[in-house]
Parts: sequence; structure tokens; C-alpha cells
Amino acid sequence: MSDSSLSRRRAIALAGVGVAGVTGAAAIGSALVKGSAGDTTPHPVEGAVAFTGEHQAGIVTPAQDRLHFVAFDVITKDRERLIGLLKDWTAAAARMTAGRDAGEIGAVGGVPEAPPDDTGEALGLPPSGLTITVGFGPTLFRDATGKDRFGLAAKRPPALDDLPHFPGDVLDDSLSGGDLCVQACANDPQVAVHAIRNLARIGMGVVSVRWSQLGFGRTSSTSTTQTTARNLFGFKDGTANLKLEETDLLREHLWVQPGDGPDWMTGGSYLVSRKIRMIVETWDRSSLAEQEMIVGRQKGTGAPLGKSGEFEEPDLEAKGADGEPLLALRSHVRLAHPTTNGGARLLRRGYNFVDGSDGLGRLDAGLFFIAFQRDPRKQFVPIQRSLSRQDEMNEYLKPVSLGLFACPPGVSGPDDFWGRALFI
Amino acid sequence: MRTTRILALAAVGVLGGALAACGGDSADDTAAAGSAGGPITVKASDTTCEVAKNAVDAGTSVFTITNGGNKVTEFYVYAPGDRVMGEVENIAPGLSRELHVELPSGTYETACKPGMIGKGIRAALTVSGSAAPLTDDAKLADATASYSRYVKSQTGALLPKTEEFVAAVKAGDVDKAKALFPIARTYWERIEPVAEIFGDLDPKIDGREEVIEEGMEFTGFHRLEKDLWAAKPDVSKDGPIADQLLTDVKEIVAKANAEKLSPLQLANGAKGLLDEVATGKITGEEDRYSHTDLWDFNANVEGSKAAIASLRPVLEERDPALVKTLDTEFANVDTTLTKYREGDGWKLHNKLTEADLKGLSDAINALAEPISKVAAVVSKK
Repeated sequence: MSDSSLSRRRAIALAGVGVAGVTGAAAIGSALVKGSAGDTTPHPVEGAVAFTGEHQAGIVTPAQDRLHFVAFDVITKDRERLIGLLKDWTAAAARMTAGRDAGEIGAVGGVPEAPPDDTGEALGLPPSGLTITVGFGPTLFRDATGKDRFGLAAKRPPALDDLPHFPGDVLDDSLSGGDLCVQACANDPQVAVHAIRNLARIGMGVVSVRWSQLGFGRTSSTSTTQTTARNLFGFKDGTANLKLEETDLLREHLWVQPGDGPDWMTGGSYLVSRKIRMIVETWDRSSLAEQEMIVGRQKGTGAPLGKSGEFEEPDLEAKGADGEPLLALRSHVRLAHPTTNGGARLLRRGYNFVDGSDGLGRLDAGLFFIAFQRDPRKQFVPIQRSLSRQDEMNEYLKPVSLGLFACPPGVSGPDDFWGRALFI
Repeated sequence: MRTTRILALAAVGVLGGALAACGGDSADDTAAAGSAGGPITVKASDTTCEVAKNAVDAGTSVFTITNGGNKVTEFYVYAPGDRVMGEVENIAPGLSRELHVELPSGTYETACKPGMIGKGIRAALTVSGSAAPLTDDAKLADATASYSRYVKSQTGALLPKTEEFVAAVKAGDVDKAKALFPIARTYWERIEPVAEIFGDLDPKIDGREEVIEEGMEFTGFHRLEKDLWAAKPDVSKDGPIADQLLTDVKEIVAKANAEKLSPLQLANGAKGLLDEVATGKITGEEDRYSHTDLWDFNANVEGSKAAIASLRPVLEERDPALVKTLDTEFANVDTTLTKYREGDGWKLHNKLTEADLKGLSDAINALAEPISKVAAVVSKK
């Protein structure tokens, strides 16, 4: 194989400070970065994130700046082909996250008569903190008619219950759900797109893209080393997020624990995706006071109303001079707060999106919300119920898509593949 | 998809010593006729296909096919994988046609295709005798010879069908012309990559309105389609357009029959035909006025299959796993497409849902990915 291009990418990867050594061998496995995905060292912007570990990378990994998320329908009926795809995907993801080409031959290493096994747009780019995270949707276990498609029905976790309808949701079915999802995050959008494009290509005949979403400007921080970014309402988003440094809280709220459900999910996490269109034109016409009242935070500092620091706890009891609660009863922060929802917390990992404009000249923009949790029935569902019913912000929001996926634990090494424990 | 011409000009790996095409239904077939006995009669109807013999000796066989049905039919002799050994297209009701075909020993299938659609009415045919195994080079030569036969049979039907279509247009018989439009195009679409080698003729015959350059007139099949399917159909001024179409088709038929294709071109053509489906037919852009895209879709797939079938002995030798994959995925495309059959034709594109089209697109992608690997297998030294 000719790997002049690969080695150029790898050389850059190795130049990243604090990146574990990548061996030069081409075989999958031997070239994987050995380390834990729970590694608390923030990855350098251009470096590689370890692919193997107890948990999948891309969950507590300090949130990268860019997203390409895709949901697939499985179109084969053949269980072996599906397993084969997961193996191929794992191998390709191991290569790509290390900054190498998707296929064994590469974008330019093959014979002239053959189409290259990598699409080539990431040639010469560093790994860029790429993580690739896979999840299984409820419909993989049973289809809409209740049919056990791949002999997996008995292994469907109770926590992967179909999500209820939330008041106010008008969902586009073609943009919702899916049998499988892949979340690719990177600090370079070209690297994230390259990853999804190549996985989709590898999957042809086995899976079909159902919907996909590009995102930019992470709206959450997942590490205390990161500043809190802003969403397209202009507010800091994700201040009270779970952080990778809070290992006890992660055990309680993020990672599936032994005994929670079927063993194959232990060490995994449940992903809820929700595409929320923001009607930014009307939001931008509302007064600063109204915006802050609706969110429950100051726009500048991000501090809860009545407090001065971003990370101070909101005081749900505080009253203003008029005797009314400082945090309005229908404010976003109050309704989403753990004390309002039986202690439920989430690890949010959403991204802004702008999909051009609509025919009315409005920005087709909003938040592609992603949240990871140990059990959606106890976390996302109650929180979203209270938001859907009462959140004043709903006036400016249009949820259009919803997805739920069980993300299995991490890949341990060269002989392992995504979801292996589910299929054996 | 415009690479065909470039590859043709580069004449990559074209075989020297062109093998004379054996078989076909040419009258000057000098093979020892009768080596396998007298002509084998084939009685075809709309529902039956009675072949007088199911076993012959190796050598040249002659079939006499009589169409006693009401539908136009076709007759094929297939080797495994639907590799066309010989065929006769466009046998009109009441007519008889002859097929001379050279068959080495092996197992074959005969098929009548009333209405020219689907798998046809099949029967097994055993050919016995001794034959030395072919060398690799001979297999490649055989592949191009086999595909040349296919091209010849398609052009042999394209011409009369285009003549009928043109006559109907000039006679102002709108209904008849509309019925013939997708049928005539079927033979064109099956061998589209060959047609595209002749870059100047292709847009004149098959160009869509948007590909017409300044100073060029919008002519050919799609111009007539636009006038035939207009809200108020009017082909009264289309005489010159119709004449030009026939002239151009005659020219391309002559050129196509004289063209020697390389195995690599067959492989790229098989892929190219699926690219045509993926970009033009799935979207409904090809036949935007008539919405008869599925006729073209099916013809492209058949053409792709014929090119792969010609290469089959070589592929079996070099990459049997790929052959297995291609068989599976071709079958999957057929199964998916069959859902949209209507009588002897197909559902119109504007009657297909987004979900229907996605299913078709998925099936084409699943086939096109492995087909894109064929060229490298063929060119392997």
C-alpha cells in the first residue's frame, strides 16, 4: 500500500502535544490509540482522541466545535450483513479518528482503474479531535409492526422505550428516528463530514441515510476546561451541564450501570437528539428584559437572575421587590432545573445549525440538541415534559425532529466492534 | 459518466486480433449449420414458449422462433448469470425469425419475453460435447464478442422501433407515438454507454432541453416527447425533427456496430448505466414530460447486466465473491423494480412516492458500489 498521504496526516497527529503514540502499522487495532475515552486531558485542537476505551469517545470528550450527525435505516434483512457493517465501520472509524484514511488502501494508493476506498477530502488534514459515536434506535429491535427484525428484540433495553409525544411537537417523520445513528464531532467541519460520508458509503446496501444534520459552534461545554458557548438566541447554553471531571455524577446520571438493563449496554449511554428550529427574527425583536426573563439568566454573564456569577446556583425561592419570583415560574432555567425534575440531569452536547433560509426569507436556524443520559425515562422525558408544557420559550421554538438511540459501551481493542455484546 | 469517450480514445487495453462475432442472426453466418441437427422450432405466444429441444450438441444451433401471440416478443439463449449467447429482439406478432448461435458445452436457458419485459418464460437447454477450457485472454476476447452481439441485437431493434415512432409522429398519430416512445427508447437506453462514445450524436438524439448549447436546436427524442405530452399535443411541425432523429439513429447504429469495445469499457459502461439511473431516472429528469422514466431505468439496468454477464467468465475466475455480490444486488434491484410493473409497462414516475424512489435509490446504490470494483478486476494483469 502507498501511504505517503496517510503518513503526512499521521505525522501531524503525532505532533499533537500529549497525544498517545500512534504506531505506524496499518492494521486495524495495532494502530489504535490505547487509552481511555474518559481521559481527562483536553485534546489538542488538531490532535487525535483515543478511539478505544471503556466508553465511546464523543460523549464526555470535551465538546468539539463541529458536528455531522446522521441517522440510518437498516435496509438489509440479513443479520450477518449488519454485523459485517458494524465491524467495517469500527475499523474505518479507528483509522479516521487517528487521522488516517477510511479504507486500507486510501484515497490515492490504489490502482487507477478502481475507485479509491477513501473519498479524499481529508487528505493532509490533522485528526482534528474527531470522535465517532454510534447508537442503536428502538426500531432496530422491533419495527413499527412489532416484528423482531434481527433476533434482538429480547435484548431491547426497557430504557429504550419509544419516547412519548410532547405537547407542541410537530415532528417531521422523515427527519426523526432511525435504526442507527452516527455522531461525528471534530474541530474541522471537513473532517466531520468526511467521516460521515465515508461511513455512509461503506454502508450502501446495508443501511440507507434517513436524515442528517450539520452543526457548528458547540452549545455546551462538557469539561471544566471549556468556556460556555452561546446558542443562536445569544445566551450561554449548557452552564449547568454534567462535566467529564465529575466522575461520581457521571456514574449516577450518564453511564448505564450493571443491573440497569441488559448487560450489553453497561458502560453505554442513551442519546436523545432533537432538532429545534428557533424563530430568531421574532426573538430578536423581544426586549432584553423579556429575553432574560424567559431564559432565567443574564444575557451577558450567563449568571442566573439575582446572581452575579455564571456558575452560581439559581435561587428558585428568591423573590423580587414586587414579591414575584426572580426566576419566573415559566422560565427555562427553572423548568429544566434538577430540583424541578426529581434531581434529573443530562449531559448536553448540542450544536447550532443554520440550514440556509426558508422561502419567507427567515433563517432556517436553531439548536440541534443532543443529550446523553443513563435512563431517558427518568431524565430527558420528565424534563422535556415540563418544558413542553410550560416553557415561555416555546413561543420562539419549533421542534421538528426527535431521535432516541442506545449508545453501546466503548470498543476495547482490535478484536472488538461496536455493539458486539448485543449480537453475541 | 462522460468518461466513456475518454476511455474509448485512450483505447486502454483494447485487444488486438478482434474476434469475429459469432452468433447473431446475420444471414452470412458461415458456421457449419446443421452440426447440431436442423433448426429448432420455438413456438412463442403471450404466455408460452415451446422450445422443440432441451438438449443439443456443441456447435452452432439454429432456432426458428414464431410469434403466435398478440405481443411483440424476444428470444434469448442465456449462459449462467444471464449472459446473452444469442438473442432476437422485436419479433412482431405473426412473424418468424431465425437465431444462429454458437454454443460450447454447458448448461443454458432459453427464454421468450412476450411484451419484452421481465425474466421471460424460461427453459433449460443442455449442450453436450467437449470443449477446451478458455484461457484468460480468450475469455476477455469472448466477453467483448459476446457484448458486441448484444449491441448488434439492440441496434437491430432500435432502428425499426425508431422508424415506427417517427412514422407515427409524422402521421400525427399522437396516441401511437406516445405508446412507442418508451419502447423505442428501451433499446437506446440498454446500450447508452456505447451511444455516448459518439459525443456529438448523443445530445442530438437524447439531449434534454437544458443541455442544448447556443446555436443548437433542441431535437431528438425529448423534443418530440415535449410536443407529444404538451397540454395540447402538437407534432404538426415536427416532421423535420422526426426525420433528423431517424437519420441520427441510423448513423449511430452503424457506428455502434463497427465499434470494438474493450473489456474495461464494458466494465465502465456497466457502472455508467447505473450512474445514469442514479442521476437522471430516479429524479425523473430524463422523461420529465412523459414520466416514463422507469422504462429507461429498467433498460439501463438490463444493459448493465448484459455488460457484466459478458465479463462473467473472467470475473468468476478472478473474483468469485464479487460475482456473488453482483448476482445478489442485481436480483434485489429487479425485486424492487418489479413492485412498479403495470401490465407490459411501468408505473409513471409522477405516481411514485418519495419512499418508493428512496427504495429504488438504495437498491441502485447497493449494486453500483460493487459494480464500481469490476473495472479493476478486469484490468488486473
